[in-house]
Amino acid sequence: QRAVAGSARGRTVPAGDSGLAPWVPVVGLEIHAQISSNSKLFSGSQVQFAAPPNSLVSFFDASLPGTLPVLNRRCVEAAVMTGLALNCSINKKSLFDRKHYFYADLPAGYQITQQRVPIAVNGSLSYSLCIDNKMSQMVTKTVRIKQIQLEQDSGKSLHDDTRSQTLVDLNRAGVGLMEVVMEPDMCCGEEAAAAVRELQLILQTLGSSQAVMAEGQLRVDANVSVHHPGEPYGVRTEVKNINSIRFLAKAIDYEIERQIEELENGGTILNETRAFDSKLGCTVPMRDKEGKQDYRFMPEPNLPPLILYDAKSLPANMNHQQVINIDWIHERLPDLPSVKREKLVEQYGILPEHSFTLLNEDGLAEFFENVVKQTQMKPKKVIGWILQDLLSYLKQHSLTVKESPVSPILLADLLNLLEKEEISSTAAKQVLAELWKGEGKTPLEIVKEQKLQLLEDQKELEQICQAVIDRQENE
Amino acid sequence: QVAVALKEGRVTPTELCQRCLSLIKSTKFLNAYITVAEETALKQAEASEERYKKGQPLGVLDGIPVAVKDNFNTAGIETTCASNMLRGYISPYNATVVQKLLDQGAVLLGKTNLDEFAMGSGSTDGVFGPVRNPWSYSRQYKKKSVPESHSEDKEPDWVITGGSSGGSAAAVSSFTCFAALGSDTGGSTRNPAAHCGVVGLKPTYGLISRHGLIPLVNSMDVPGILTRCVDDAAVVLGSLAGHDPKDSTTIQDNFKPFELPNLTDVSKLSVGIPKEYHAPGLSSEILAIWSKAADLFENAGAKVVEVSLPHTRYSIVCYHVLCTAEVASNMARFDGLEYGHRSDMNESTESMYAATRREGFNDVVRGRILSGNYFLLKQNYEKYFIKAQKVRRLIANDFVKVFRSGVDVLLTPTTLSDAAPYMEFIKEDNRTRSAQDDILTQAANMAGLPAINVPTALSERGLPVGLQFIGHSFQEQQLLTVAKWFEKQVQFPMIQLEEVKRHDHGVFQHQKSASFS
Repeated sequence: QRAVAGSARGRTVPAGDSGLAPWVPVVGLEIHAQISSNSKLFSGSQVQFAAPPNSLVSFFDASLPGTLPVLNRRCVEAAVMTGLALNCSINKKSLFDRKHYFYADLPAGYQITQQRVPIAVNGSLSYSLCIDNKMSQMVTKTVRIKQIQLEQDSGKSLHDDTRSQTLVDLNRAGVGLMEVVMEPDMCCGEEAAAAVRELQLILQTLGSSQAVMAEGQLRVDANVSVHHPGEPYGVRTEVKNINSIRFLAKAIDYEIERQIEELENGGTILNETRAFDSKLGCTVPMRDKEGKQDYRFMPEPNLPPLILYDAKSLPANMNHQQVINIDWIHERLPDLPSVKREKLVEQYGILPEHSFTLLNEDGLAEFFENVVKQTQMKPKKVIGWILQDLLSYLKQHSLTVKESPVSPILLADLLNLLEKEEISSTAAKQVLAELWKGEGKTPLEIVKEQKLQLLEDQKELEQICQAVIDRQENE
Repeated sequence: QVAVALKEGRVTPTELCQRCLSLIKSTKFLNAYITVAEETALKQAEASEERYKKGQPLGVLDGIPVAVKDNFNTAGIETTCASNMLRGYISPYNATVVQKLLDQGAVLLGKTNLDEFAMGSGSTDGVFGPVRNPWSYSRQYKKKSVPESHSEDKEPDWVITGGSSGGSAAAVSSFTCFAALGSDTGGSTRNPAAHCGVVGLKPTYGLISRHGLIPLVNSMDVPGILTRCVDDAAVVLGSLAGHDPKDSTTIQDNFKPFELPNLTDVSKLSVGIPKEYHAPGLSSEILAIWSKAADLFENAGAKVVEVSLPHTRYSIVCYHVLCTAEVASNMARFDGLEYGHRSDMNESTESMYAATRREGFNDVVRGRILSGNYFLLKQNYEKYFIKAQKVRRLIANDFVKVFRSGVDVLLTPTTLSDAAPYMEFIKEDNRTRSAQDDILTQAANMAGLPAINVPTALSERGLPVGLQFIGHSFQEQQLLTVAKWFEKQVQFPMIQLEEVKRHDHGVFQHQKSASFS
């Protein structure tokens, strides 16, 4: 499998032993990001993770007859921000539709989504990869964003096989989602993972979604197919049930290999949905797929078209509460990760790959900047301590930056000692090891305790050296 | 008038309430009510009485007994839509319009009968049985067969109320309440109003909130108002209209309740007579009444012109496609999982759904769901749904053109004939009947325009015939002003019901004088 992944990095997979033509894997993604908002997309009930079952359900969420959807402004703003950050055109007029299917976790028998005209289209996302696992060689790639649409999340159903029943929890029903569709511009698991990671960072920076995969706030489905160069795209499968970015890469790479193997053995690929089994590391067909679903899309009659304005089109005497001004939102967008990285490189003279690692770890960039502020050591040197010593320690003990027993000021103090040449770098590492214990001692205290100071007194040094020589002579 | 009586203390809200309740009991054979909320009504009446004693009534509607069609959500009172699917369903919230009535101090007597889920034009297809038109028991009604003795059960020639808001129309017509809410999707308020000899107002789409009205066709439904005179309709409209944040299809503009002026001079009025409303099947009687009405306006100095709404004849087919499509969608939520009827079948979720829906819906509802889903299939969507939307736009544009040319209101018949006897009506199926009966009323729903039925005259058989006025979008004031003038001219006779005479203690005398000028 590793061989496939490695060579999948280039655009084609070289011929197998059978000497057949090379394969071109094609990967597209459908990503559902839960919008970070206080209330749901069309109703006032709260959005909260892990609340008691059915405690966050409004009449509308339960689809009580006669209830009507009311659009949540914050959700629209989140989608506009995300669209702008992904270089999309924001549709000033977008529409809502009903997508019909029967399922226990879909109380109304339909989902409200944006099928005809979504809120944002035609964007792009740039992400970076290391070539051959070498951080020093990074390449930038782009994936096209087909569209972003607003839609409702469904509830959750839990199957209780022992009692032959299904338990339905509607807390999640109606929570706002942004579906981000990425065109099939990616070629392997690694690219998909990098693209999703970058999207995750963007969403977290914007605050439009917390995008934590483990809490279901970011769900990724992959569309995978293979074909020979010059030939039309192959039949694609959809891979679901992927719970982490690591598994995303694994699932995609497995599926690529499975398809190649199948085709090289003379088989065919079915246009089906497959689930990723993380324990076995493979994809399996999902049951009950009887023929294609016709969702019977219909315009949502209870929601007028969503009209957004910009500075030019904003009518003079509109109630500020009732309108969304795209330009106003654009002006207030925070620095995106790519911009932040550039600034870090420019401001501190660190390498681009360093800036990636800094942003990749939640809180690490702030930690670094805090240390730099409080130390005389040059940032170019500080970065080594951050990325090697601090980060590796945190990883070893599965800690987040926030949980670090060593605070920025402690590290800064230590580095100052080193910078002033009061201790050697070996000694500094020793002090750091002591600091990890989190016993509240300052670097200076530890240095004194363990007598790690560098001696500056010439005479003292001579005495020690003389003593060593003398000892040697005596042996 | 009743409001004045309440204010002056000539009658108290509780007396009024009790009289209505006992009248409901003695007119039970009409089957106009599904649920009578006796206890809560009396409590509301008592509260109202307190307010009158303190001289602080909430408004004109304080203490006025009203009834509400059973497809509006009423908290704590069963809401069934005349369907097995919602039998026993107690909603936890009030529809906005119900809440508004209650906030004004109105006394909610109960929920009225209808065709199941408001699908039908006779109020004959609900699970609680058909509604009987009170005029079947009036002195004016000339029965076809030899009149039997007073055994109502053996009267096969009672006539229908029309539908689907038949219960509300019958309730108002038989004096058991002073105003009732219906709903109007293709004529469901105006049709029964015409057959029962009451005023039936369909407001402009977007004027009154639909929050809490169990939807049939979201893009056409409106709450309808049924009263005994146009002034009353204006009062009720005033208390209900206005933006509701819970309904995103209501307009934002501020609505100002109005009082209707007593129009005396119609010389500046332009009345349009759409020639396409001389529809096939229109009885010669109604044609004559319509003609007479047009003459009435002309003789009074108004400008009466023939106009054309060329796409009228496509409205039935167009309505059928759009209505069934939305119905299929709206009914998808009835799966027995969260509320309502749930089948005992529990082999799998799917089988439970299927059994629940088969058991819960009558075949009219099931038929429309199947048709609607057919039209929404991917391969049919363009051919049917999109096409129908385009035709709908053409129908709406017909009205725009006519109104732009200077016409103030349109005058048309409301129904093709007077009320049919029940036995005759059920000879044809619901779909055929709806298609026939809706032709004169549907287009106003397609275009979202306000329209009102004004009782005009009695037919040869002694049954009510009404005429319809259609107005400009959101110009209810003008529409009702013209309707009021017309009502004054025609002086539609009061229904003479045995039952009512027995309960008439002078209060209803006051009501009577409201219809005459």
